[in-house]
Amino acid sequence: MENEIRVGRTPARRESVGEPLLVVDDLRTQFAVAAGAVRAVDGVSFSLDRGKTLGVVGESGSGKTVLSRSIMGLNTSSNASTTGSVLYAGDEMIGKSAKEKKILWGAEMAMVFQDPMTSLNPVVTIGRQLTEHVRYHLDMGRKEADEVAIALLKSVHIPEAETRLDNYPHQMSGGMRQRVCIAIALACGPRMLFADEPTTALDVTVQHQILNLLAEQQRDRAMAMILVTHDLGVVAGRTDEIMVMYAGKVAEKAPTAKLFSEMRHPYTQGLLWSIPKVTQAKHTRLNAIPGRPPNLIDPPPGCKFAPRCAYAQDICRAEDPELRSIDSADHLFACHFPVGTPEGEEAFERNIAAEYPPALAAAGKLRASEEVMG
Amino acid sequence: MAGSGTAHLRPADEVLLQVTDLVVEFPASKGRTVKAVSGISFDLAPGETLGLVGESGCGKSTTGRAILQLPKPTGGSVVLDGEDLASLDDKTMRQRRTKLQMIFQDPISSLNPRRMIGEVVAEPLNVWGPKNKDEQWNIVARILDQVGVDPGPARYKRPHEFSGGQCQRISIARALVMDPQLIICDEPVSALDVSIQAQILNLLDDLKGQHGLTLVFIAHDLAVVKNISDRVAVMYLGKMCEISEADELYSTPAHPYTELLLGSSPVPDPTVDVDDIRVIEGELPSPLAPPSGCRFRTRCPLADEICAAEEPLMRRVGDDHFVACHHPLIEPWDDAGSAATPVGITAPQEGNAPTV
Repeated sequence: MENEIRVGRTPARRESVGEPLLVVDDLRTQFAVAAGAVRAVDGVSFSLDRGKTLGVVGESGSGKTVLSRSIMGLNTSSNASTTGSVLYAGDEMIGKSAKEKKILWGAEMAMVFQDPMTSLNPVVTIGRQLTEHVRYHLDMGRKEADEVAIALLKSVHIPEAETRLDNYPHQMSGGMRQRVCIAIALACGPRMLFADEPTTALDVTVQHQILNLLAEQQRDRAMAMILVTHDLGVVAGRTDEIMVMYAGKVAEKAPTAKLFSEMRHPYTQGLLWSIPKVTQAKHTRLNAIPGRPPNLIDPPPGCKFAPRCAYAQDICRAEDPELRSIDSADHLFACHFPVGTPEGEEAFERNIAAEYPPALAAAGKLRASEEVMG
Repeated sequence: MAGSGTAHLRPADEVLLQVTDLVVEFPASKGRTVKAVSGISFDLAPGETLGLVGESGCGKSTTGRAILQLPKPTGGSVVLDGEDLASLDDKTMRQRRTKLQMIFQDPISSLNPRRMIGEVVAEPLNVWGPKNKDEQWNIVARILDQVGVDPGPARYKRPHEFSGGQCQRISIARALVMDPQLIICDEPVSALDVSIQAQILNLLDDLKGQHGLTLVFIAHDLAVVKNISDRVAVMYLGKMCEISEADELYSTPAHPYTELLLGSSPVPDPTVDVDDIRVIEGELPSPLAPPSGCRFRTRCPLADEICAAEEPLMRRVGDDHFVACHHPLIEPWDDAGSAATPVGITAPQEGNAPTV
């Protein structure tokens, strides 16, 4: 079933029911630098249905930001190269010219960035920034666009929206600015929203407000969302599926509840154990992941997490594990010795017996000065 | 609530640091004043860690800096080991600062990019320690080893050759090199990834044992603060809301602000329904013109007339648990200092208070 909706310069919307909105296949992005090629995204595949939320979790350098920028086609620097396939509503994104992408940006897919302090132009009023692409995509006059802008500001719960149009970003708080950024992203009614660490720069109280706002807008607009964050706490109650990334690859991907209840990848487990929780007693020893993320230029063979992994065996240092599943097809992980399986437990016991430092750290038995590992 | 009062202070001979009625104000344009910290009091026993939590703009960093007299507070006293730091002249204060050290938020920019790690960490010794380079290096190498930085290779490297986590370890080493009595940690882990954050928290805990450190730990992340602290103080707009032993504060918060703050903290558990959590509406009022009475009343679900008229004073609600609120969530003890018989959640004043 297909029907076309076209407004202004927005592209024709092909609404085919049943197909996923976004299909990413073997996406690779690398940056050429003096020391070699940085493989920031290294073969990522997934698909996302309309109206669903995917959480992408990883530490700095895991490739989560480059992934969303690659899907949107925002990596325009001359040393970047992206290969693979990104099908958005059946339309191939990789290889599109800047002109073709410009029609999609804002109208079909939009992004909310991490830092609301720097993602707005400091010398342009909020009103102009809100209406810029509304006028471009929807061919509106200034007056009409202003009305849309006021409605948008109201929808993101900014009080006295009428008076805000003439404000400059510095006249607003961080939380307000992030609301404006969300309003800008939503202005043309995109079907796909990328939120790249939208609350990392904000206070916990404001973070909660902004995440609620994103969820509300997503529900109202039946929009698909990719929520990128380093905080498992942020994605826990707010996503349908979670993809954990490490060194540019997918470590584990599962429906949210399953990821937390049956996590298979030692990195996912390590991430969760590293987070201090309000339910723990004070001075609870954190089971930290020792070491730090690998260099993405010429990484060593084998699993990229092996040097920090409590379960690592010889095969992990030689052979890169493929993404696989054991009990259900929607729960994928890349690990030779998954958590919660007999072979995983055996590998862990063996490492503990051998006093292998990452295993001791996972058991909370390593001195903090030794958790650096080189 | 966010009020004043000193009911929560312990006898002066039991504490290392006592801060009383600390006020820090900054001049602003048009003759106005930014009231960053308005009369807060707290103390620290030797070997204790006090966590200071609150939203940005609540004055927690300013409080930390005012202890170090950077800048000198507008009013109040900061007594370290029986000596009021606010009354000292600059020269004596400079000497006393060796007992006080600070660890900053951004590990990379808090180290001089043009100097080698060996020099950065030895710098305090140049002023106050042994002048002999070999003696200095012995001390520096021992401390670097304790924080998990290999001293040999690190000595001639510069900060940019290290990761953020490593730089924070080096900052900690620099703070430890003078063997201080008190370290102020101003958001030391907020700029780090979770795995590195856990390493640094474990490290601070280990070092506390080794060096007998007393810490003021400033952070906005409630879970991080609980993990490291013995006692926790919650601040709001330049005032103290609640101070308590850490486990008790989190299990039975007495201040409505603490309760709402705890609810906002993201929990890595998908079974917690985020829609059920109460949100703090609105934003922090301006410290240029803070609300009258209790400063939290403009956002407080329990606020009524008395909150606008009178500033609440610190009252005891538990063994080591004090709150400045007219409508605390736990029944306060009576004046004789014993627990009131019915301990439970007080009902909001009928009619004039919106329900939470």
